[in-house]
Amino acid sequence: MGWVAIKMLAGDRTKFFGLIFGVSFAAFMMSQQVSVFIGIVRRSASQIVDVRDAPIWVMDSRIRHLDEVPGLPATDLTRVRSVPGVDWAVPFHKGQGLAKLANGESRSVVVMGLDDATLVGAPVEMLAGELADLHKPDAVIIDKAGYEYMWPSEAKSLAREGYRLNRTFEINDRRAIVVGVCRASSPFVTLPLLYTRFSQSSRYTPERNAMNFVLARAKPGENEQEVCRRIQEATGRLALTREQFFWKTIHYFLASTGIPVNFGITIALGFLVGVAIAGQTFYLFVVENLKQFGSLKAMGVRDSKIVGMVLLQGLVVGFAGYCIGVGLSAGFFTMTNTMTHLAGLYLRGEAMVGVAGAVAAIILFATFVSVRRLLVLEPAIVFRG
Amino acid sequence: MLTFAQEAASYETLDSNATAVICCGVTKEFGRGDGKSIALRGVDLDVAAGEMTLLVGPSGCGKTTLISIVAGLLDPTEGEIHVLGQDLRVLKGHKLVDFRGANLGFVFQQYNLLPALSAVENAAIPLIALGIKRREAIERAGELLNAVGLGSKLKAMPSQLSGGQQQRVAIARALGHEPKLLVCDEPTAALDAESGRVAMELLRKVAVQPGRAVIVVTHDNRIFDYGQTIVHMSDGRVVEVERGNA
Repeated sequence: MGWVAIKMLAGDRTKFFGLIFGVSFAAFMMSQQVSVFIGIVRRSASQIVDVRDAPIWVMDSRIRHLDEVPGLPATDLTRVRSVPGVDWAVPFHKGQGLAKLANGESRSVVVMGLDDATLVGAPVEMLAGELADLHKPDAVIIDKAGYEYMWPSEAKSLAREGYRLNRTFEINDRRAIVVGVCRASSPFVTLPLLYTRFSQSSRYTPERNAMNFVLARAKPGENEQEVCRRIQEATGRLALTREQFFWKTIHYFLASTGIPVNFGITIALGFLVGVAIAGQTFYLFVVENLKQFGSLKAMGVRDSKIVGMVLLQGLVVGFAGYCIGVGLSAGFFTMTNTMTHLAGLYLRGEAMVGVAGAVAAIILFATFVSVRRLLVLEPAIVFRG
Repeated sequence: MLTFAQEAASYETLDSNATAVICCGVTKEFGRGDGKSIALRGVDLDVAAGEMTLLVGPSGCGKTTLISIVAGLLDPTEGEIHVLGQDLRVLKGHKLVDFRGANLGFVFQQYNLLPALSAVENAAIPLIALGIKRREAIERAGELLNAVGLGSKLKAMPSQLSGGQQQRVAIARALGHEPKLLVCDEPTAALDAESGRVAMELLRKVAVQPGRAVIVVTHDNRIFDYGQTIVHMSDGRVVEVERGNA
C-alpha cells in the first residue's frame, strides 16, 4: 500500500508543498543557526586552535578564558623549562592595542607576540610575504580579515592588485610594517590579528609582564597531561593541554554569556514552527482523507498498514524537507564564505545530525497526532453521506 | 499454514439459495443516559445468496446502522449476527478486518474513490489489500473496468469522470476480489435517474451471481424493481419483507 500512500500525499499538492515547506523551513533555521552558534562559540577559542606547534599552555592559575590573561613573571619561563618531561618552552604574548592608520583612523587590534628565535605560534598559511620576514625590524604579519578591516577600500581590488606589503601604521606610537598577510581563524571579536616577535609585542602593548603564556611541548614519549600536572606542581601556574584550554574557554563563553540563550531561542523557534506547520498540515491532510482511510479500513486494510502508510508519508515529507532545508543552509554558507565577517562559518556535521533528529521528532509528532485519529476511526464512517 | 484471510477466502461458495446473512434480535444503541438513542430494536432478518435484497425505509429508520453491523463495521449492542456462516461476535481485531477484506465488497453513496489514484488503481485496491501483487491487481482491475464499460477510462482520474462513471468504478472495485457479500449504500442517491438506472442494471448484471448476496440500502423507490427481496424498515425495526419481487 506504500504507493497508495505516496500518491495520496502527492495528490494534494497544496498540503504536500505546505508540509515540505514547514519541515524545510525548520531544518534550514535549525541547521543554519546551530552551525552559526557552533562557529561563533569556537571563535572564542580560535587562537588556541591556531597555535598548532605547542600542545601545552601554561598561564596564571586564575585565568577563566583566553582573553583574560594576566602577565607572568619572566622567571616562570625558566621554571617551566626545568620541569622534568618538558622538551622546550617559549614565551607567548597576547594583548590588545590601538592601531593608528596613515589616514588618521584608528582600529583596535589583537597583538600576538611570538618567541623571537623559534616563532612558535606563527600562522600556518601565508597569503602574501614570508614568515621569516618577521625577523625584520618593526615587522608584523596581519590576518586576511584584519587587512580588509583595516583597509576596507582595498578589499575589492585585492584579487586584481594583491596585498600592499611594507605599508606602515602605528601601534602605541610605535611603527609597524606589514611584511605579510596570513590566513587565521576569526577571533570572537572581529579584530585584526597582528603577529609579531615577542620582544616587539611588549612595545606595542606595554605591560609590566609582557609574557602571559608559556607555550611548551612534552618530550617524546611523555604523557602531556602528566607533564601538565608536574608543571602545575612545580610552578603553581595552570598548565593545560591545548584541548583542555580550548574547552575551558568554550565553557566560559557558554556559561557566562547570553549567546546560548539567544541562539537557543531561535533554534527552538525553528523547531516549534516546524512542529506547528507540519503537525497541523499533516493532521488536516489526514482529517480531510478520513473517508478514504475509512474506506480502506472497511475494504480490509489492517490498522497496521494504515499506520505504515501514514508513517511512510511522514518519512517522505521529513526526508524531502530535511534535504531541502539543509541544502539551503549549505547554500547560505557557500555564498557567505567569501564575506569577510562571515568567513569560517560553515554547515557543521553535528548540526546536520542534530537537525536530522529534530526533523524526525517533528515528523513523529505530526504522524502520532494523525495516527491517533485514524486508529480510533470507526470504518462505519464510510456509510455517512 | 493458511493466513486467516486465505482461510476466510476459502470458505465454500454458497449455494444460490443459501442464507448469507442471519440477524437475530439485533439491537444497537448509541450514547448513554439521557443522550442514549436506539437505532435498531431487535431486528430479525435473513438475506439469501444469489439475489439482490433492498433495504428500504425513511431516513433515520436504521438501514445504515444495520448494514454497518452486517458488514462488521459496527458491533451490535445485543443479538446475533451470522455472515456467510461466520458468527461475527467471535471475530475481533485484524481477524474481522481480514474477513471483511476477503468476503465483503462495498459500494458507497459518495463512491469514496481515492482522488489521487486513477480509475484502474482505485479498482485494484481491494486486491492489493488481499496481498495480490500490484501489477497483477491492476491487470485484473482493468478487466473489471472493461466489464463495466469503462475500458477507455482506465487511467482517468476520479475528477475526470462523471458521477455515474465513478459509481461504475466503485462497483468494479467492490467486485474485484469476488466477494460473497456485496453491501451497497444508497448507490443511486448521488446520481441522476439515467445514471442510477445504469448503475442498478450493472449491479443486477455483474454483481448478482449464484453464491453471492447483494444488499442495497436505498430510499429511492425508482429502483425497487431491481430487488428480489425488499425489506421495509421503520423506527429501528423490520416491518415488512416482500419476497420474489423481481
